[in-house]
Amino acid sequence: MPLDDAVSPLIRTVGLDGMLVSFGDRLSEPANRAAIAFRAALDAQGWEGIEESSSSLVSCYVRFDPLVLAHAVLHARLEELIAAQDWLEAELPHGRMLHRIPTVYGGTSGPQLAEAAAAAGLSEAEALESLSSARVRVTALGFAPGQPYLGELPECWDIPRQQALTPRVPKGALVVAIRQLVLFGVSAPTGWRHVGQTGAELFREGAERPFLLAPGDEVVFPAVSAEALRGMANGGVSSEVLS
Amino acid sequence: MSRVLIVHRAGPALTLQDAGRPGWITYGLSKGGAMDRLSLAEGAALLGQRETLALEMGGMGGLFEAAQDTRIALSGAPMRAKIDGAPVLWHAAHLLPKGAKLDIGPATSGAYGYLHVGGGFDGPEVLGARSAHLTGGLGAAIEAGARLPIGPDRGGETGRKLAVADRFSGGTLRVVESLQTALFPPEQVARFGSEGFTRDGRANRMGVKLNPDGDGYGALGGLSVVSEVISPGDIQMTGDGAPFVLMAECQTTGGYPRLATVIPADLPRIAQAPAGARLAFRFVTIDEALTAEAAYRKHIKDLPRSVQPIVRHPADVPDLLSYKLVSGFSSGDHHDH
Repeated sequence: MPLDDAVSPLIRTVGLDGMLVSFGDRLSEPANRAAIAFRAALDAQGWEGIEESSSSLVSCYVRFDPLVLAHAVLHARLEELIAAQDWLEAELPHGRMLHRIPTVYGGTSGPQLAEAAAAAGLSEAEALESLSSARVRVTALGFAPGQPYLGELPECWDIPRQQALTPRVPKGALVVAIRQLVLFGVSAPTGWRHVGQTGAELFREGAERPFLLAPGDEVVFPAVSAEALRGMANGGVSSEVLS
Repeated sequence: MSRVLIVHRAGPALTLQDAGRPGWITYGLSKGGAMDRLSLAEGAALLGQRETLALEMGGMGGLFEAAQDTRIALSGAPMRAKIDGAPVLWHAAHLLPKGAKLDIGPATSGAYGYLHVGGGFDGPEVLGARSAHLTGGLGAAIEAGARLPIGPDRGGETGRKLAVADRFSGGTLRVVESLQTALFPPEQVARFGSEGFTRDGRANRMGVKLNPDGDGYGALGGLSVVSEVISPGDIQMTGDGAPFVLMAECQTTGGYPRLATVIPADLPRIAQAPAGARLAFRFVTIDEALTAEAAYRKHIKDLPRSVQPIVRHPADVPDLLSYKLVSGFSSGDHHDH
């Protein structure tokens, strides 16, 4: 049963103790923005019985204690909050961060840059220029703690995943497919093409902000030489609050 | 001197577990924690303390030695356990005297046994919990040679036991419809709630695979649904049509469609189903699930009052050591050999 835009946003239960508000049935910029904005608004309500919230690609999830906050009550409150504004037109919340994560593109640091460029119909130099200047949003985190999905890249990057998995890309690898980037927090196999390498630590145990990235944050991956990256502390990552 | 439990031999799936670390789903980290939450509560009740960090033992225990007199409790999947060669009761609390060897063998039923100590195991707190989350890269499996720190024990009784209903051999699991139930043909949903399943050999802290008696399952939209949040208990249908029940260390989002969700009160039963166990699912309404949840929480709350002294017949007592287990035990360094 695909979501009909006419009835979207849709509220569904997630097990006994969760509800999900979805703003689309496939990833789009407005649906992702709506999910992030709705979650910020929901957190601001401070409803008793809410235990956790999150946003992912197109949805906002809320985990609650169903013995404190009744299903029907929460459902009605969510409907009310949905009706408060057109969430697909919502602005992203304040307090998000912009991160610059220096990246070595191509060569041994991004062995599939040429292949990915060809799939996108670009020269290797054009691909490097495109990826290193794109400002992308953290649409969701998952697979490994703190590991972001980032989008949306220009349309030429709507390239499929590879048929075969790359057995292993290193921690910090930047990979591309379907107009999105993923920055690997751990060494893992992937079907996405490995175009660059960063020194970013996505999860820092004991830090005040243990996760570098949050949903809604924006990221650019400026190009640097391998030698320059080696000389940078903390992978050269710089972060500032977006006003 | 700091209090420790020495690990001389370790089964393949030993980790320290507590109730997990909720609150990090949006960052991609699932709650984790003990596979069988009820076992944590039972161990705490047996030792008369709050839930703390316990040693979770998947399938097999290990050989342990206390560096000081230590109160212990054994909960979860019953395993063959001996203290210095003398068999000891499972679902019970005992005194492990300084230097005594606790030998915990394979599970006789169930999947995860738990070893608790008075004062709880200690360890560094990360994101609000001390449990290992191996999938998330937090903590590590416990191996032979480890010396596990133990927190201060304010003391309490040993020689106590709990009557525990069997949740260690499969059975019926109550499920509620979930966000993607409607993606499945109605006849598949109906069949899911009526046919039998066998727990596959493949299972870990991320999830448990089941094999249906009949055909495989698949959503109408195939595998192209957008990734959505995953909750422990979600029953995901992977490419081969076999259900996979997602557990403590599941990913936080996933694109495989899910047919239903096991209610929290029945997660201990699916966690403890051993390979080959027979299982079935029964759909319940949200109201029925809420009644079950309230009963589950009451059961946990009442556990401390359900603890009984181990009553020994002289004929059952193999040596004086066991008598010592009956007596009160007040402090960690009390030692009257």
